[in-house]
Amino acid sequence: MSDSHILEMRQITKTFPGVKALDNVTFSVKPGEIHCLVGENGAGKSTLMKVLSGVYPYGEYTGDIMFDSALQQFRRISDSERAGIAIIYQELALVPEMTVYENIFLGNEIGGGILVDWNETIKRAAAMLDKVGLDVNPEAKIRDLGVGKQQLVEIAKALSRDVKLLILDEPTAALNENDCDNLLELIQDLKRHGVTSIMISHKLKEVIRIADTVTVLRDGQTICTLDAHKGEVSESVLIKHMVGREIENIYPGREHQIADETVLEVSGWDAREAQSGKQVLKDVAFNVRRGEIVGIAGLMGSGRTELARSIFGNPDRYELSGELRINGESYSLDHPGQAISVGVAYVSEDRKRNGLILIQDVKDNIVLANLRAIAARGVLDENAEVKVAREYRQALNIKTPTVEQQVNKLSGGNQQKVSLAKWLFVEPNVLILDEPTRGIDVGAKYEIYTIMNRLVSEGMSILMISSELPEVLGMSDRVYVVASGRITGELDIADATQEKIMEMATN
Amino acid sequence: MTIKDLRTELRKHIRDYGMFIALFFIFVIFSITTDGVFVSSRNISNLLNQTGYIAVIAVGMTLIIVIRHIDLSVGFLSGFLGAVAAIALVYWNLPVVVVIPLILLLGVVAGLITGYPVANLGIPAFVASLAGWLIYRGALLLVTLNTGTIVIPNAAFNAIGNGFIPDLLASDWLLPNSHKLTLLLGILTIVWYVISALSSRRSKQEYNFEVLPTDLFILQLVFVSALIGVVTWVLAGYNGMSWTLVIVLLVVAVYSFVTNRTVLGRHIYAVGGNPEAAELSGISVRKITFVVFGSMGMLSALSGILFASRLQSATTTAGTLLELDAIAAAYIGGVSAAGGVGSVVGSLVGAIVYTSLTSGMNLMGIDISSQYIVRGAVLAMAVIFDVTTRKIGSK
Repeated sequence: MSDSHILEMRQITKTFPGVKALDNVTFSVKPGEIHCLVGENGAGKSTLMKVLSGVYPYGEYTGDIMFDSALQQFRRISDSERAGIAIIYQELALVPEMTVYENIFLGNEIGGGILVDWNETIKRAAAMLDKVGLDVNPEAKIRDLGVGKQQLVEIAKALSRDVKLLILDEPTAALNENDCDNLLELIQDLKRHGVTSIMISHKLKEVIRIADTVTVLRDGQTICTLDAHKGEVSESVLIKHMVGREIENIYPGREHQIADETVLEVSGWDAREAQSGKQVLKDVAFNVRRGEIVGIAGLMGSGRTELARSIFGNPDRYELSGELRINGESYSLDHPGQAISVGVAYVSEDRKRNGLILIQDVKDNIVLANLRAIAARGVLDENAEVKVAREYRQALNIKTPTVEQQVNKLSGGNQQKVSLAKWLFVEPNVLILDEPTRGIDVGAKYEIYTIMNRLVSEGMSILMISSELPEVLGMSDRVYVVASGRITGELDIADATQEKIMEMATN
Repeated sequence: MTIKDLRTELRKHIRDYGMFIALFFIFVIFSITTDGVFVSSRNISNLLNQTGYIAVIAVGMTLIIVIRHIDLSVGFLSGFLGAVAAIALVYWNLPVVVVIPLILLLGVVAGLITGYPVANLGIPAFVASLAGWLIYRGALLLVTLNTGTIVIPNAAFNAIGNGFIPDLLASDWLLPNSHKLTLLLGILTIVWYVISALSSRRSKQEYNFEVLPTDLFILQLVFVSALIGVVTWVLAGYNGMSWTLVIVLLVVAVYSFVTNRTVLGRHIYAVGGNPEAAELSGISVRKITFVVFGSMGMLSALSGILFASRLQSATTTAGTLLELDAIAAAYIGGVSAAGGVGSVVGSLVGAIVYTSLTSGMNLMGIDISSQYIVRGAVLAMAVIFDVTTRKIGSK
């Protein structure tokens, strides 16, 4: 059995506090094939690859890894590199200020002892670039290359180390169509030269184009492994396996009372990054009515968060065009403060990084976005502050011994409730929730859903961004699907299914 | 029961009280090693006056460090503006009441100039203010180039750094050796403290918030009142309160109020605690950066005035390394380099600790070389203490 496989991962289980990220996963790769790994966000693909490459060292997971006919116990990335495994992440690991040749041999410098033989380095780098079909001067700086070319430099770097197994984590996510084509051809070319590849991808068309074998993961488990040469792989089959879970009944029901009154309306909305000129959003149009929960579905990197932030006062300083209407009036907001003052609130995706001030206490965080409400002529009423904080603690059932507790001592679910309380205190008309239940347990999720339902029944409108399809289907009245910075579809909840959304999202 | 309450209260606030405890031990040690000279009225009065120009800069630096920046330019800026003050008084013959606001205004402008590349262009404050350090050093040399030291013959100006508040209540029959106005101010402070503590407690009780147990509350009142009383008594035994001390206390009171009790203060700490979250909460990080650097410039100017006035002259080396003394004082006072943590009062205490070390070791006749080593060791210990107590606190 192991003779016919270059890699066998058997019964891999990896747990994080409170979450089983991988549950008895088995994954085998034959030598010389292109093996694609697909699944929803959070299915465990990246975790599995991190186990394989030694990011999560031997001992932090259970199960066996057989690679190259030997049982492996990688303790760090350099162990797996030495064995011949190279992994290329979505976020490139190149040093922008260094040249192409320096990057290719970074950490693997050529020369005897202390000195580096730069001439030899440049010569070999040129040979590597040739191999990946990249026509750039090895002395060019990485900074000056486009993302597609940088990706190829990464591959050249991997090949310079005598790689036996190349792992690519969403290699085409940041590339344009032309660069995508080149990259996929290169992977197929490498296959002809005997390199085995594992590719993680959300773009199913690509998967179908190049895969010899496809393995589907869902909720940390291997669902199936399909052979493309036996005609087992098609888009609909993959989608069915990716989303095939039953929707559990964890969504509280509510009476939908949607007023025929548009609260938030965006049209012709384009956004570009100011420095690179990269288009992040293109011709986006959508609307939210009073009392409605509108879901924005889309995969990671599709432009969901960029969309929310570009509306919410544009803190990323994108170059925007298009129209934003709130309660029928047209606005151009250039600071989150202005967005707040016209009744928009945004509960950010990553509460630890940019939602809460972790070293401050619960009450400080709750009142932060609306300090004027508890101040007279700039002077705070600290007793009113405590009173407000206690009211929200009770209303949202935030489990904390006192409101003077530091936020970083609370659980994820309670932190999220603090985040929610902070934005409810500004009394918005439109509440944008970005991944409202990420990383929190089922009980807290249910509480947050209940709060959301209560808010819309009181006349608030909610725009909910989520990559969890069951959540989108369970909570929304209407769904927009985002992919590559565009809205690729709008579905009424009655017509929406996981399959339809996934098809639009992977388009 | 009370002892146990006291202990839990103390443990909860170990970081707040740590520096006071350190200061207390420093005073005890120096009192013993100098046969009591250190705690004599005259020495304490001197010590507080020497602390003045470091303390005001340390106050400004606290906020700079709270919002995760640094300002190296303030030492020479203070020296340079002190020289400008001297020139304005001596060569332009401007009256003191014009010179002081003018210098403070120049300070604000200088601070905003340092703040501009930091706030608007994202240039590291270390680099932006290092440029300022060089520029103001050059500027100081330039304006004192022809004259060398500029002696300031203005009695009103020099009183800021050397004078004491007049004893309006002087009399021969009651406590003839004490400064009565100082004592009166001390008593008024105690009364004000007790009244405001009581009213704050009452207001909390009206909201049904928990308050300190009564016995602990009384203990706290007695302790703080006694502390104010002792300091006042000691100062009254020499010449009373100096103008420098009045200015420093005013600065600390105003900054303490702003940082603890106002929207602006809350915004400053939010920016320090998590700039991205602050920006998304509608706070303009840019604006806060300007405000904090502007205030730093103004306090540098004030420090320059205090220093020039104390020496009764502007010298070519005024302000040298003052920025690093102030940074040390702020760190000793519990400011965190990670941002978002640090209090103005803590930095005042840090500055007093810092100058106490100098003063005490001078009295003991300890060589300047050893003094630096001791000061370095104290700074290291203070920061280690801070980091370890924070770890305990977060468990």
